[in-house]
Amino acid sequence: MSVIIYAENSEGIFKKAVLEAATYAYKTASMLGTNAAAVLVGEVSSDQKNILSEYGISKIVQIPAPSKDFNVQSWTECVHEGFNHLNGSILVIPNTYTGKSLSPRLSVKLNASLATNVIELPRLESGFEIKRSVFSGKGYAYVTLQKDKKIIALTPNSIELEKNLTSIEEINLNLTFSNPSTTVLEINKAQGKIPLTEAEIVVSAGRGLKGPENWNMVEELANLLGAATACSKPVSDMGWRPHSEHVGQTGITIKPNLYIAIGISGAIQHLAGVSSSKVIVAINKDPEAPFFKAADYGIVGDAFEILPKLIESAKAL
Amino acid sequence: MKILVCMSVVPDTTTKISFTDNDTKLNKQGVQFILNPYDELTITKALELTENMGGTVTVIHVGPAENDAVIRKALALGANNAIRINAEATDGQFVAEQIAKYASSQDYDMIMTGRESIDYNGGQVCGLLGELLNLPSVNVVSTIEINEKKATLSRDIDGGKEILTCTLPLVMSAQKDLCEPRIPNMKGIMAARTKPLEVLEPTDNLAYTSYTRYESPQAKSAVKLISSDNPSELFDLLKREAKVL
Repeated sequence: MSVIIYAENSEGIFKKAVLEAATYAYKTASMLGTNAAAVLVGEVSSDQKNILSEYGISKIVQIPAPSKDFNVQSWTECVHEGFNHLNGSILVIPNTYTGKSLSPRLSVKLNASLATNVIELPRLESGFEIKRSVFSGKGYAYVTLQKDKKIIALTPNSIELEKNLTSIEEINLNLTFSNPSTTVLEINKAQGKIPLTEAEIVVSAGRGLKGPENWNMVEELANLLGAATACSKPVSDMGWRPHSEHVGQTGITIKPNLYIAIGISGAIQHLAGVSSSKVIVAINKDPEAPFFKAADYGIVGDAFEILPKLIESAKAL
Repeated sequence: MKILVCMSVVPDTTTKISFTDNDTKLNKQGVQFILNPYDELTITKALELTENMGGTVTVIHVGPAENDAVIRKALALGANNAIRINAEATDGQFVAEQIAKYASSQDYDMIMTGRESIDYNGGQVCGLLGELLNLPSVNVVSTIEINEKKATLSRDIDGGKEILTCTLPLVMSAQKDLCEPRIPNMKGIMAARTKPLEVLEPTDNLAYTSYTRYESPQAKSAVKLISSDNPSELFDLLKREAKVL
């Protein structure tokens, strides 16, 4: 009756979101008096596997990648078989794009209760209760997962990493697959760019930047801070920035440790997507901008004066 | 080309969310309910595809009769007909099972959903339908082109985009840039009144999850303002006081 994580790897490397899932699984397993294990699809180095053992994973089922590129049906099959092989009862999946495509399919295969956007460890006082964000960050809900098997899709940056060194046992599992329905033609990843949903620091800008040509300042500050870049809805609607950067109620909801908003007024729809950030900084020339009510720190001033100064001081960090 | 689009009805994006009955229910007082923005785009894209290739667009919704007015908006955009499954949408798993039950007796080339509903943000229905109907599912799609029995799609992946082909029939969920929104015209609004809206009763299924209570985010304490003459003080505070740098 183990707690299992899907140890998603990106070119053989586990992201922080996977280590968060491991921490979550270890702590949940401790509450339930069981152990935490992982299903791994594809090859990773033994160093990487050792990292999982540092975060409390005591067993790994390794399954060779069904094909060169990801396809959702074969990967679902892999995680399903690995989960059953480990006699799993709870599956913890990082709520990344990959996790979001797998978790619903797995819930059908396992006849499991599914909760996405989970942000806290479960409470076991009355049934198995989780907390998830709803209304795009405008609220939270406590949800009881009623089936024997449960899938928890964990929002990145929701729980603190915690090391719990264990020894690790490896099991190899070989599966056969039918031909996939999808074929990947091309993958375009910005090199060295931090995915917005997993970033610990996000630098975001709005119409106050006046035009797409001024985004080099935003990017420079982001680079210096090791941050991802984001934008407001009008900015993506006008085509200044790609839609994948739009945070807010109809964009993506993020939960970084630090969110720096430059030249964004702070409409309710925007705040919905960012209000769960740990610390919010608002920079706006309008002292009445609603963002100052939602921010921890604020600077009233023109973005074109403040940004260069911030870039200079970020260089000294 | 026969397309089924799943739609949900959600509070308008400007709504201030609050809860009632000891925080066990959404406070619907004064809340305006709208067609989920992602689903609206999805319907528009489905219409574009059928306008070019021929075919029909059916919308399907799981919800009570009070949502019929919003379903009519989907019809006003140009969908041919609508199905409403007469049940309270308790969670994504319930909704997907109801839709799958209906869709399994039809022969849709494509089932489309929005990326997520902006109320419960589950983002589950696309994958659930894929597995329930044993079809491939492609999440968070930005472009789609259809050629014979094959689609070429681009989708968001962690840190970038992927271009892939997929055999039909398929299930997909829409990212925001899938297409430009349309506004229904008067002709569409008039026509929507008489378009078929079929109401089906739900099939019983056991609950997967149960929402016990809600909570509003904690209000922030007052903002600490930093002088614009010395903005570098910000990093100092973020480091020493907030400890996030």
